Amino acid sequence: MTNAMFRVWKGQGEQASFKDYHTDVTGGMVVLDAIHQIQAETEPTLACRWNCKAGKCGSCSAEINGKPRLMCMTRLDTLDLSMPVIVEPMKSFPHIKDLVADVSWNYEVKKRIKPFRPRKPDAPDGTWRMQQSDVDRVQEFRKCIECFLCQNVCHVLRDHHKHDEFAGPRHFVYTAALEMHPLDTEDRTAYLKDEEGLGYCNITKCCTKVCPEHITITDNAIIPLKERVVDEFYDPLTRLFRIFKPKG
Amino acid sequence: MSDYQTHEHDVLVIGAGGAGLRAAIEASASGVSVGLVCKSLLGKAHTVMAEGGMAAAMGNVDDRDNWKVHFADTLRGGQYLNNWVMAEIHAKEAPERVRELEKWGALFDRTKDGRILQRNFGGHRYPRLAHVGDRTGLEMIRTLQDYGIHQGITVYMEHTTTALLKDGERVVGAFGYDRERGRFRVFKSKSIVLATGGIGRAYKITSNSWEYTGDGQALAYYAGADLMDMEFIQFHPTGMVWPPSVRGILVTEGVRGEGGRLLNSKGERFMFNDIPDLYKNQVAKDAEEGWRYVEGDKNANRPPELLTRDHVARCINREVKAGRGSPHGGVFLDISWIKEKVSNAPERIKKKLPSMYHQFKELAGVDITTEPMEVGPTTHYVMGGVRVDGITQMSNVPGLFAAGEVAAGLHGANRLGGNSLSDLLVFGKRAGEHAAEFAKKHGAGKIDEAQIETAAKKALSPFDRPTGENPYAVQHALQEMMQDKVGIVRTEADMASALDGLAVLKKRAAGVGIDGNREYNPGWHTALDLDNLLIASEAATRSALDRQESRGGHFREDHQEKKKEFSNHNTVIRRGPDGAMQLRREAIPALRDDLKQVIEENK
Repeated sequence: MTNAMFRVWKGQGEQASFKDYHTDVTGGMVVLDAIHQIQAETEPTLACRWNCKAGKCGSCSAEINGKPRLMCMTRLDTLDLSMPVIVEPMKSFPHIKDLVADVSWNYEVKKRIKPFRPRKPDAPDGTWRMQQSDVDRVQEFRKCIECFLCQNVCHVLRDHHKHDEFAGPRHFVYTAALEMHPLDTEDRTAYLKDEEGLGYCNITKCCTKVCPEHITITDNAIIPLKERVVDEFYDPLTRLFRIFKPKG
Repeated sequence: MSDYQTHEHDVLVIGAGGAGLRAAIEASASGVSVGLVCKSLLGKAHTVMAEGGMAAAMGNVDDRDNWKVHFADTLRGGQYLNNWVMAEIHAKEAPERVRELEKWGALFDRTKDGRILQRNFGGHRYPRLAHVGDRTGLEMIRTLQDYGIHQGITVYMEHTTTALLKDGERVVGAFGYDRERGRFRVFKSKSIVLATGGIGRAYKITSNSWEYTGDGQALAYYAGADLMDMEFIQFHPTGMVWPPSVRGILVTEGVRGEGGRLLNSKGERFMFNDIPDLYKNQVAKDAEEGWRYVEGDKNANRPPELLTRDHVARCINREVKAGRGSPHGGVFLDISWIKEKVSNAPERIKKKLPSMYHQFKELAGVDITTEPMEVGPTTHYVMGGVRVDGITQMSNVPGLFAAGEVAAGLHGANRLGGNSLSDLLVFGKRAGEHAAEFAKKHGAGKIDEAQIETAAKKALSPFDRPTGENPYAVQHALQEMMQDKVGIVRTEADMASALDGLAVLKKRAAGVGIDGNREYNPGWHTALDLDNLLIASEAATRSALDRQESRGGHFREDHQEKKKEFSNHNTVIRRGPDGAMQLRREAIPALRDDLKQVIEENK
């Protein structure tokens, strides 16, 4: 057992600042365990979100030693405990208290994206037929646990605050899952370009690096979506075709 | 007078896991106004952790499957204490509910001919679980969430309900607070659906999240509703045991469904040593036959690892107690051995069990494709809960409905794996439908200010005692005690002392104090959850004391056999006029003749 120091962002608004806590840690503990121990031992008011404690719900997102991580999946034996472990809330969202950030913006963005609209059933009993190879690609996107770490790390949101014009990597993954769904018939390409602000992404791949579910966000979701937008709006042949295509 | 904000809906759904979301969608579809209260953020409820799949007799993999076999399996697993009306409805309606998810965008794993793939699971005769790798719960909650947000439902994220409000016999609203600001909220509604889940946080070793504090059970109890079958708590046989901080985290039954075998420290496949009578015609005679079953041989019987959870958990417990356990007090669960049988074993394991691979690699440093896992029982699910009408899901309190884990009946003495996700869908839908119907038939009731005042005073009382005991200390003491005394193996002496312990803990809970303000204060939330945990624990203990036999999830060391005199009733708990907990035995209605025949045909 060793005693470790945790430097945790504590408080609300202008009053918030780092506060140091000491607690004993043992083998196999994760950062969330240490936070829980601090709550139980010394600071019952210390606010953090968590649910499953197994990397499946995406609630306990935070910045640990400056890196966006899930607290429940960050083992203490991977950190240098001779130094204080710095734990902060996600910074791309408004702060509520201690380690809790206001992520409600993400829920609003999602609601504006056109929902799933399936084609007519393939079989008379109202069911569809899909091959596993056709669903594999979309299943990757559907692994997303909505931890919003990708949103937190994206510079378009974090540094340029384009929350009104840019939906962020999570919602590109969501849109990609809909667009590439074998049964979906909706068209979201114009929306991607005009409302989701896909063009702002300059594929720095920061989102992919922090994804705890290892979704290849940039390569598998964002770039194919960019290609669709280009095909539809910037391809000269398509543009010519559109001029002559009867409206309706 | 306390300050509070008021919201008004026709139907209020409390809880936003699978059952709550499905109920809200259904109610909303019938044209009434719906409020959905969730304790966490939307999409984070415990359903997200469900791994293996949802049971529905679609017969996509084995066409011998149908609702009758599913019904018989469910009753056999529940040791015939199930509400058979619910079991019949569940078996018949589950396939349609699963297909409905596909219509809303869920992407299940596929069969070779392009239909929904189904996998083997404990206690199910045929491959029956529609699944997505080992993250079926995530797929389900996300599908319901992404569909639900477009149905005009008002969602109250991070709100906790602490009391139900009544007008005479009937419920007419709920009282609670929002987490962010700690402000009080009053929800007026014509009917209420409880979908709050279970009570796992009453135990030290559990697969359940912080939300699982018996809120719905306690809300219903105080509102005068019956709780039933509370002695039946499922200890899932395979939770992680090491490192200590992950103890209890679930290891899906899907590992065994895909061929995983349980071994003791001697390398012995001990599950072959104890086959219960109810299943002796359904278990493989040797390892070879068990593997053929996993590989889909229709003439083979299941390996004994796929017996029901209550039985497997007890067998593991016995091995550990007999000194044949693994280094950290569990047994070994090995899936890596399938490399003896198939050439692409590591890829197959990663494809079928991706999150198990990930979980063990990251949290325990174990590569499940090359080495065995260490596992042991973990508190997982409560079969008991609010007693409801099998068709409408309404409790004995008019206007109060319950669905999912918080409701009792479908699972009897033991739940089959996979029957929970289908339960959420089938009975979530029914609860939503009937709650909406109730709301249409009945006007708004009268909200009684005095009830609001009482609830507000109770909620604020921990702030009056800034030097009171730390609520976490009381919670931990309760968890230790329930784990020791009302756990997987029970005795009269232990449980009697647990009742004394609960009386002491109740006093301690009444003296907890907290510091700080009302805004996002987990100490306060923990203090308020204590009362719910204590009600659920007391109901479980009293019911378990009364059942002097062993059946399903309830095992008595001092009464190890099933007994006829206990084979035909449910244990029911109600709050007496004096505020004390009252217990009665309620006879189970005789099974309909055609259903009796179904049971006979599937023996």
